[in-house]
Amino acid sequence: MAIVAEPQQPDLREPAGWRRTSNRIATWLMVLAFVLVIIPLGFVLFTVIAKGVSIISWSFLTSGPIPPIVLPASVGGLGPAVLGTIEITALATVLAVPLGILGAVYLNEYGGKGPLARLIGFMADVMTGVPSIIMGLFIFAIWVLHFGYSGLAGALALGCLMLPVVIRSTDEMLKLVPDPLREASYALGATKARVTVTVVLPAAIGGIVSGALLAVARAAGETAPLIFTILGGTSVANTNVFKGANTALPLQIFSNATQPYTGAQARAWGAALALIAIAFILMIAARLVTARFTRYSR
Amino acid sequence: MSTVVKADPVGPAGSARLLSERRPLGDRGFQVLTLACGLLVLVILVLIAVSTTQQSTSWFSAEGLKIFTNNWNPAANQFGALAFIYGTIITAIIALVIAVPVSLGVALLLTEVVPYRWARPIVTVIDLLAVVPSVVWGLWGILVFAPWIQHIYASIGSGVNGIPVLGSLFGPPTSGASFFTAGIILAFMITPIVTSLSREVIATVPAIDKEGAYALGATRLEMIRGAVWPHSQGGVVGAVLLGLGRAMGETIAVALVIGSSPVITSHLFAPGYNMPAVIANQFGEASGEFRAALMGIGVLLFVFTIIINVIARWIVERSARRKRGA
Repeated sequence: MAIVAEPQQPDLREPAGWRRTSNRIATWLMVLAFVLVIIPLGFVLFTVIAKGVSIISWSFLTSGPIPPIVLPASVGGLGPAVLGTIEITALATVLAVPLGILGAVYLNEYGGKGPLARLIGFMADVMTGVPSIIMGLFIFAIWVLHFGYSGLAGALALGCLMLPVVIRSTDEMLKLVPDPLREASYALGATKARVTVTVVLPAAIGGIVSGALLAVARAAGETAPLIFTILGGTSVANTNVFKGANTALPLQIFSNATQPYTGAQARAWGAALALIAIAFILMIAARLVTARFTRYSR
Repeated sequence: MSTVVKADPVGPAGSARLLSERRPLGDRGFQVLTLACGLLVLVILVLIAVSTTQQSTSWFSAEGLKIFTNNWNPAANQFGALAFIYGTIITAIIALVIAVPVSLGVALLLTEVVPYRWARPIVTVIDLLAVVPSVVWGLWGILVFAPWIQHIYASIGSGVNGIPVLGSLFGPPTSGASFFTAGIILAFMITPIVTSLSREVIATVPAIDKEGAYALGATRLEMIRGAVWPHSQGGVVGAVLLGLGRAMGETIAVALVIGSSPVITSHLFAPGYNMPAVIANQFGEASGEFRAALMGIGVLLFVFTIIINVIARWIVERSARRKRGA
């Protein structure tokens, strides 16, 4: 009896030859792309931490006045710049976040799919792409020329940067709130304003807060808008955010980065570490808020 | 995406008029308030255009079309801005050439290759890249990166010196602070936005298209070329344009590493200048027409970035709409 050949099974394995090779090359190129992203990030973080840790201390962050650039790193601290950054960022947050949330409420609750709401939404997207330096020039032209340099002017410029970001992130979150929630409230006889404030916004609060925190994290590190609005250059703390030139951590880094003195450079690294720490803490806080309070997500 | 028609307590059928008359003042006041906040976006954009243009009219009227000459000499009251426009375009192109392939690679890695539990940490890394402030990139760029890469530039420069095209692109003079360094730093900075937008676009490719390609026996690369790419082309172009807008407007990092030399040269390793950097570096000591000229450069930058952003957003929105409709 002749031996019958086994029936040929279809080959389900990976194709051979160039098709397999090109596929593998493509996959490795994608991994390589990610490695190319990690390298500079790791390099920057490593340098900032390594050089910043040696100077940063509680007194570096709180004491003042800021010493002249020629002095070594052991003298004085950047207290006034830390204070300025906190003052200006906080004021910008107070200005931009409520306005941004209300703007998003208009887009999502009142404007709907109307042409005006679509135009505002589109322009908010476009506004997120306006360079930060333009916001500085803008506030310089309409505010500083008339009322002089102040922390408030800086806060206005940062607020202009944050506004579209807050509008967009809040808008996304409001879209996720299910309509039956709104309808149930209307059925109980609530007015639209009441439904929005007591039902819709609380339902989306986790996402809104986390979006706002990310906007603050971006704004706290901005330098360009501050050059034209708070002037920098002061070495003593200015506790009055509404009057007089102020200074901030990013401005200290910018002016110290190009100095030949080791003390000035060390202070710049210390300020950079403080700034990155602020940004990362806000980012982690945003994640925690998202994880803890998000009720509706995609 | 909720497309359900929202219930509107103001206008249920039949008794709309009666109810709207009874609508409390506070309710209408709140609506007006939110509308005002929404309109704020448009008001700010218009005010930016008006106020900065107003502050720079003396430059535009005094120089006329001479603003587009390569002649920047504040001491002699000559304010031609072409060198800065050139530098802006060159650095942005270098940034895009580096950042776009990397961003697309990471976006495809995230959407098509790695399992979901690996995707989250990768996204976190990209987000970290986005929150490193511009000025920190600049500080690192000028104190660490530029001195290091200077040697590479120098050896490349001496290697290609004399070769026709390469020599005039990469030949000497070379300097650590240069167009190319600025372009590399910009590439790091725009990678997060290009990656996250491309990822969003690629994630909308219908699973059935991808599965269809696999069912026909396609490898992953063939699936990406045949199913993912045709579908997400438009959106990716939009994402790249948004990256271009960012690269053109990014200020502080570039101001620190570009070398501050207002020249037009084909040598990419030579020091140069761009529009935002010159504004940031020279505004402090400027007054009169000098300040007007810097403001005017700002106006040009605003116009460029607005045009690019409007086109980019339009493309992204159109491709998103087409996908929803399909």
